Amino acid sequence: MSFLQIDDVHKAYGQHEVLKGVSLDVERHEVVCLIGASGSGKSTLLRCVNGLEEINGGEIRIEGDTVTGAGVDLNALRRDVGIVFQSYNLFPHMSVLENVTLAPIRVGGVSKAEAEERAMGLLGSVNMQDKARSYPDMLSGGQQQRVAIVRALATQPRVLLLDEITAALDPELVGDVLEIVRELARGGLTMLLATHEMGFAKEVASQVCFLDAGSILERGPAQQIFEEPREERTQQFLSRVVKSGRL
Amino acid sequence: MSAVDLVSDEVQPGPTPSQPRGVAGLATTGLVVALAGLALAVAAALRLHSYSKGAAVPTGVGVLLVLAALYPLLPTARAYARSGRRSTLLGEGQLVASRRAAAAGRDEATVAMGYAVGAAIVSVLLLIALAQDGGIAQTFFAGHSWKLAFPEMIQAFWTNIWVACVAQVLVLVFGLLLAVMRMLPGRAGRPLRLIALIYCDVFRAIPALVTILLIVFGLPLAFPALANWPSAWLGAVALTMTYSAYVAEVYRAGLSSIHPSQSAAARSLGLSYAQTLRTVLVPQAVRRVIPPLLNDFISLQKDTALLTIAGIVEVVNASTLWQSKLFNLSPVTLAALFFIVVTIPQARFVDFLIDRDAARRSGR
Ligand SMILES: Nc1ncnc2c1ncn2[C@@H]1O[C@H](COP(=O)(O)OP(=O)(O)O)[C@@H](O)[C@H]1O
Ligand SMILES: [Mg+2]
Repeated sequence: MSFLQIDDVHKAYGQHEVLKGVSLDVERHEVVCLIGASGSGKSTLLRCVNGLEEINGGEIRIEGDTVTGAGVDLNALRRDVGIVFQSYNLFPHMSVLENVTLAPIRVGGVSKAEAEERAMGLLGSVNMQDKARSYPDMLSGGQQQRVAIVRALATQPRVLLLDEITAALDPELVGDVLEIVRELARGGLTMLLATHEMGFAKEVASQVCFLDAGSILERGPAQQIFEEPREERTQQFLSRVVKSGRL
Repeated sequence: MSAVDLVSDEVQPGPTPSQPRGVAGLATTGLVVALAGLALAVAAALRLHSYSKGAAVPTGVGVLLVLAALYPLLPTARAYARSGRRSTLLGEGQLVASRRAAAAGRDEATVAMGYAVGAAIVSVLLLIALAQDGGIAQTFFAGHSWKLAFPEMIQAFWTNIWVACVAQVLVLVFGLLLAVMRMLPGRAGRPLRLIALIYCDVFRAIPALVTILLIVFGLPLAFPALANWPSAWLGAVALTMTYSAYVAEVYRAGLSSIHPSQSAAARSLGLSYAQTLRTVLVPQAVRRVIPPLLNDFISLQKDTALLTIAGIVEVVNASTLWQSKLFNLSPVTLAALFFIVVTIPQARFVDFLIDRDAARRSGR
């Protein structure tokens, strides 16, 4: 049984059907990449897995336990499933350290001292320990995104969702952030990530899914998807990405 | 059509260098305005001197006014100097330097006009105040009336202050409660949402004066236990009821102005709705609502004057007593001055808070 099972998930905003039956299995310690044009539903799918959006059909299971539908403790689910957003979404009125320790203290019941010690350790691992007392507005985009990753990791999630986390960054800041994700992948963290960094996807992903207009059109090993895509729409998408200089 | 087609093949004409603009005309206008301002200031100073029969302070004020009105002549002179320099440089073919001199000269001329108009406005106001043989000053600013009324009025004003302070603290709490009630989620929250909505609508519809009458006169009749309450307390309750409805709207606008991604980030970390509200949304909203909140608080402070209708001895009440005793409106002007004195520092203080917060967050 797979660790994360997304089973025929449907999602609509009013009349607009955004996910049209998406199924996807993620094994423990596996890294799965979602690629697809803007508006194809990548963010929506990730938000559904985290319970930020209610789904209209299908089911999502983590270790066999259904985590969608009525009666599910979403707050508990979210301790297992972390998410990092494209726009960082740090809390601007809190220092870096407060951002990172908020959830462990409030939700995890960890003491302040212990949470701060762990947070400093995590911040150290992304070279941000000397910014612990800074506020998000004082940091560059790359630094903010590194803090956002640490904030998500501080609750010790068992699967991490990454939604185009480098898309808003200046090119020279992308490398540092990707290096952290690479490190996490080496450490065996299960991850589901939407990305446009094809080179990076090739390197870390064991499986790449091409999402097209709300359904997974093609999936397979990174090598195969990028080098010999079967579907015409996948080929079109990839050639557009190549033209934009991202591959 | 490709992007290449958008590029015109025609040779672009060379740039036309911008010529220095004229200065002398503007400088002359500045001179005329400055002289007019000076004339008005002299007239006002003379009037002030004769009206006060040569008393030291009014005469000093007049002298200061004339000195201030002299100031614009300085930039005017500089503007003429630049004007000459502009022509010289232009003659030497130094276009850029000439342009700079012209710009500086026009700057000086407009500065002269700005200060001269300011001096003229002050002078005209003084002349009006002293018109009809000082009738206006006598009616509104009679010093001896102020002296007589001051001790009682400052005591009465104390009532306005503490009623406002009590009401403001209560409004902060009660308004937030209403705002949060209006934002409760789900079907379970619907009745409370509705109650909060009705409360806000009703109390924003009722004039504050009516609420004050109903509460101050009505509550002791309805609840005999309250009969011994000082009516100023009841006045504070009435103001709280009215202003909580406004402040709830201010809070609600503040809370909904926080981008949904903040809420999503908090919830994604496992925080409950209540925790998200308390740790992420409210702290950010409070910062944003300070300016509109202060506006409402200043209104509230001024509306303590309405308590006079319920016979509560506050500053306006006291001032009207003195007004009828002295047949003179100056005590009422004094009440206005009291309100001005407490309001302006608050506005400055909140500006300071906002600046400090902005500076702290951007690391300056
Ligand atoms: N909150 C929302 N309300 C209505 N439509 C939405 C909302 N969020 C996303 N959508 C729509 O859903 C589609 C998929 O969006 P998204 O999941 O953000 O795509 P992607 O991340 O692949 O660019 C888009 O057409 C978008 O307009
Ligand atoms: Mg997206």
